[in-house]
Amino acid sequence: MSPTVKKSLNPVPIKDRMKVPRQAMPEQAPQERAHNFTEVNLGYSEELAQREAQRCLECAKATCTENCPVGVKVTEFVELIVAGKFLEAAAKIREDNVLPAITGRVCPQEDHCEGKCLLGKKVKPLGIGYLERFVADYEQRMGKHVLPSVQPTGKKVAVVGSGPSGLTCAGDLIQRGHKVRVFEALHELGGVLVYGIPEFRLPKQIIREQLDYMREMGVEFETDVVVGRTITIDELMHEEGYDAVYIGTGAGLPQFMGIPGEHLNGVYSANEFLTRINLMKAYKFPVYDEPMLNLQGKNVAVIGGGNTALDAIRSALRLGAGHAYVIYRRSEAEMPARIEEVHHAQQEGIDFHMLTAPVEFLSDGKGWLTGARCVRMELGEPDSSGRRRPVPIAGSEFDLPLSVAIMAIGTTANPIVQTTTPGLGTNKRGYIQASEETQRTTRKGVFAGGDIVTGAATVILAMGAGRRAAKSINEYLATGEW
Amino acid sequence: MFKIIHAQFLAPGIKRFVIEAPRIARKQKPGQFVILRIYEEGERIPVTIENSDPERGTVNIVVQSVGKTTHLLNSLNTGDSILDVVGPLGKPSEIANYGTAVVVGGGVGTAMAYPTAAALKRAGNRVISIVGARNKELVILEDEMRAVSDVLMITTDDGSYADKGFVTDKLRQLIQNGARIDLVVAVGPIVMMKAVADMTRPEKIHTVVSLNPIMIDGTGMCGGCRVLVDGKSQFACVDGPEFDAHNVDFAVLVQRNSMYRDAEQKSMAEYQRAVSAKAGEPAAEPCVAASSGVQGEQR
Repeated sequence: MSPTVKKSLNPVPIKDRMKVPRQAMPEQAPQERAHNFTEVNLGYSEELAQREAQRCLECAKATCTENCPVGVKVTEFVELIVAGKFLEAAAKIREDNVLPAITGRVCPQEDHCEGKCLLGKKVKPLGIGYLERFVADYEQRMGKHVLPSVQPTGKKVAVVGSGPSGLTCAGDLIQRGHKVRVFEALHELGGVLVYGIPEFRLPKQIIREQLDYMREMGVEFETDVVVGRTITIDELMHEEGYDAVYIGTGAGLPQFMGIPGEHLNGVYSANEFLTRINLMKAYKFPVYDEPMLNLQGKNVAVIGGGNTALDAIRSALRLGAGHAYVIYRRSEAEMPARIEEVHHAQQEGIDFHMLTAPVEFLSDGKGWLTGARCVRMELGEPDSSGRRRPVPIAGSEFDLPLSVAIMAIGTTANPIVQTTTPGLGTNKRGYIQASEETQRTTRKGVFAGGDIVTGAATVILAMGAGRRAAKSINEYLATGEW
Repeated sequence: MFKIIHAQFLAPGIKRFVIEAPRIARKQKPGQFVILRIYEEGERIPVTIENSDPERGTVNIVVQSVGKTTHLLNSLNTGDSILDVVGPLGKPSEIANYGTAVVVGGGVGTAMAYPTAAALKRAGNRVISIVGARNKELVILEDEMRAVSDVLMITTDDGSYADKGFVTDKLRQLIQNGARIDLVVAVGPIVMMKAVADMTRPEKIHTVVSLNPIMIDGTGMCGGCRVLVDGKSQFACVDGPEFDAHNVDFAVLVQRNSMYRDAEQKSMAEYQRAVSAKAGEPAAEPCVAASSGVQGEQR
């Protein structure tokens, strides 16, 4: 066999590709979008997508794919875009990623695929996320997708939690012929995608479409089931006959700082604030029944520097906040939020108080928040996370008047599943112990992945864990070996 | 969807629903609750479980009309459905043979005190139950409580039935008479639970209260239901709802439950306007209960 040299379909010669500028994503104007919940990014047109796709250098060693937690075959799908075969491109992505319309929107691509794109060494990296999103949206617009045909295996798997990790695991397992049922505690499916990430970053319609697609593939869903309370893992396996269980329950419990005044009216966890808005649609009160505090013209601050913090404060702005602040104890360079979202927030007029931390919440004497006493910080020696530790500057205290403060300083493990499943090992922080490679836990037939194993991370990392788990569950179901 | 097998008022504004929910019925233990959402635009509210029948796969909930959602719920009848019912939530009551247990139920709280009283009785305790209500019509579950109690005392605020006074008057008499009390469990309005705690604290009688803060998910993910216990934040939905009464900061609970009072009143007023318009009547004044229409008051 002689090696065949593949001829590129790309009309732009390799040497000229660096000269093509990265195609900007059309977006709503900042002053307009700061007052609505409509998606900020508007998506590529076919022309823009093809022009952007033509920038791909078609590397033989695709470092982009190597750095994608689910291993999307980037050069292959991009080549299909160049050729104008958008539906085929979508199908190519779906081989590795069942939620492309979501990952294309919320992945921190700079940390994964785009971070290792060769173009990025000289010019801007290929817009892989934008292209992924384009083909997924195109497929949805056309209303066409090909369902994979599979042989039923007769095995049953229960997936606990319908967040990104559970959905990915379920999507992979159903394609391998297993019967899959997903159990969700809330009344809506999607986990953080539905209660956490706001409409302006991820329209709910997109999630519903992805779920419909999974239903078409045969995945069953049951809401209003709190595993650990409504039913236990043992009951699922022994009474309901599941051959394996995947736990993808996320890192649910919000953390508070433990500073004075955190119980005051007006202090929210980001989870509560975002759940009221996204899941319960409190911003449409009284059409929807769930209330929230009126933010019109009020001073609102979020404490924290991650994506959750930005989602919360940008939502507050859209609900009419007069002043919206981010209070973060390190500097912009250490912010864990996606760069694009930080820029979007700045454009929308959100004030960043960097190197600042609250030390106390102030009260009006009747139980309502009136402000935060904050202290300025400077960066000292690196801490265990490798980031320079913020150290308070003595005498730098100042008071910031606030009506609402939102705590977005992280979450911890929800103990409900662990405490009701005998023999399920946890680490000292309460997260479930699972092999990094196989996602196997200390209980035979029980797998776990995503935030409930790693602590709060990203959508795509949770999806990567779901994929690894599905592969490993498949092997276990085939061999019965543990 | 969760089907209502049977619905019946126990007292004016207090309705019992028998709901088809086999998974919850199998697992429910005294002290636990459910969260429900009636319809697509609805809010999630915590509601007391009174009883359940694992064989029939049904759960009994008892609901008092205090705001829009509970009024709507209490307008539902046998054959209707509730969109979402999730549970059982919260830690079950700690049931053991303590000796003599006094179970205090105030108003609709009696519905939650009942399964706990029954379980304490089954565990071998001598159970003294004290049930209180505003007036004769609002006394609920008298027969049920009598069946699981060695002694049942009933009070009404206005003296229209049984003894005039508050449940705390009965508790004070018991203490003053030197009755042996090993445990007090109180479920009801916050003022009642606080009064019970204040009464038993100097006597060093172990006292448990079931707290009723505002909740959304009920699974620990939001912290909306956080309460201050022994100076520390606890999430009532996963760490409770029962806590050592002597460590609870009741003032913070009252303050946090007032957070949405304006919104709740607005919601209730609009609901009443809509109901009146439908019935072709002029809009009624918002009812008195609506002004205390805090979600958390359900439990």
